[in-house]
Amino acid sequence: MTQISRRRFLAASLAGGAAVTFAPARKALAAGSFEGYPNAMGVLVDLTRCVGCRSCEAACNREQQLPAPNEPFDDQSVFDQTFHDGTQKRRTDESHYTVVNRYQPEGNSAPVYRKQQCNHCSEPACLTSCFVNAYTKTKEGAVIYNSKVCVGCRNCMIACPFNMPAYEYSSVLNPMVKKCIFCYDTRVKFGQPPACVEICPQEALTFGYRKDLLRIARERIEKNPKKYVDHIYGETEVGGTSWLYLSPAPFDQVGFDATLQKEPIINNVKDFLATVPMVLAIWPALFSGFHLLAKRKEGHGEEHDHSEQEDTKS
Amino acid sequence: MYAIWKKLYRGMAVAAVLTLTAGGAGAAQEPPATVEIKSLAQLYGAVSFDHAAHVSLADGCATCHHHTTGSAPLSPDCQRCHAGGEVSAQVGCGDCHSRAPFSAEYLREKDADVQRYHTDQPGLKAAYHLSCMGCHEENDGPTGCTDCHARSDAGDAFFHAGAYAPAGGAKGGAGH
Repeated sequence: MTQISRRRFLAASLAGGAAVTFAPARKALAAGSFEGYPNAMGVLVDLTRCVGCRSCEAACNREQQLPAPNEPFDDQSVFDQTFHDGTQKRRTDESHYTVVNRYQPEGNSAPVYRKQQCNHCSEPACLTSCFVNAYTKTKEGAVIYNSKVCVGCRNCMIACPFNMPAYEYSSVLNPMVKKCIFCYDTRVKFGQPPACVEICPQEALTFGYRKDLLRIARERIEKNPKKYVDHIYGETEVGGTSWLYLSPAPFDQVGFDATLQKEPIINNVKDFLATVPMVLAIWPALFSGFHLLAKRKEGHGEEHDHSEQEDTKS
Repeated sequence: MYAIWKKLYRGMAVAAVLTLTAGGAGAAQEPPATVEIKSLAQLYGAVSFDHAAHVSLADGCATCHHHTTGSAPLSPDCQRCHAGGEVSAQVGCGDCHSRAPFSAEYLREKDADVQRYHTDQPGLKAAYHLSCMGCHEENDGPTGCTDCHARSDAGDAFFHAGAYAPAGGAKGGAGH
């Protein structure tokens, strides 16, 4: 009798454990193949067209009702600003959701201007790192966030491979995470292009379906192979981003991180995360089972004798 | 000088709005001496484009008007379909280049039309700028925004410039 109940217990706990383990693992696997919503929008940034006029910065400031800048938006001297002993160019922060910087790649006579903002990843690291689910990837492609549920842990700032979420350090009482939201609330949701795209005089920013933009980008490279580096930044970086870039110079010379993985950031920890439910569900049952069995052995005297008697009788 | 101009073709070059009416068949009409471009009228004043001056500078109509004025387009790529000799009914920039190239309807229409060849056609504003700026850069023409456009008061407010310039303040706000 004791042997049967032990066998039953082990079988049951294994079956239960397997169910718990494999269910989330399969779900995780399915999530790994997510390549963005079929009709998601995107922006193709063609660095060969940008002239550094900073109109996009001005349009963003107006659209998102950001604080007044320290310098006028037509002031080109900001391109000379550096921080941290010259190692860092201007970057986005709580009051600048987008920033244009100037680079001088080797062998290029003309400078190259590069606009930075949230790249709106297909599988965003900020979203997966957020334990209160403040972030949402909308079907239009925008990565937006709900500041009402944010607890200010700033995991997203560490998780983002592009360093985009910024923290409102200036706010004492109610600091929020701030970043470009693809003008989702005011424009993209209604089928309009973001403010920066609309103002761009050169169409350095092209708004459209992401799948169409990839086609356009490939066509531009094919038609002008000498003009472009043969790579669309954002097509596969960290699992793909809604914002895509074409460049006349190697991407690492114009401020991009060319070492980023092709897989979404979440893939680095997916295997580990799949084991968490297993550990949480199986271990307590398994070890309390062991504990009970051990306890049983200690005081088994009478019961054991009884069962032996029964055995001999039969 | 003209050799340089020949090189300037950018596949999408357009430089003037010719206000020819549809059905006018183009050929008989004289090109306008100046064209008023006011599509950015909110932030900038209208630009009075000296069409006559640019006609004398450019190598031919095709530099800006592609195949629409009857001459052969400069790019061999275009010549495969547009051999030249045929004057289009509409030759104005805005007749082909959309004023709202990113509107939902336009994008949907473009996406659905699998036969479409010109999938990467710039909108009207970009057609102007890509064409004008390309030439101006190579020939030391004016390239600054306000060299061609006088900024309006609303434009100054938009750029936080002029009368709306920030009063001093710490430099380098976008640093960290």
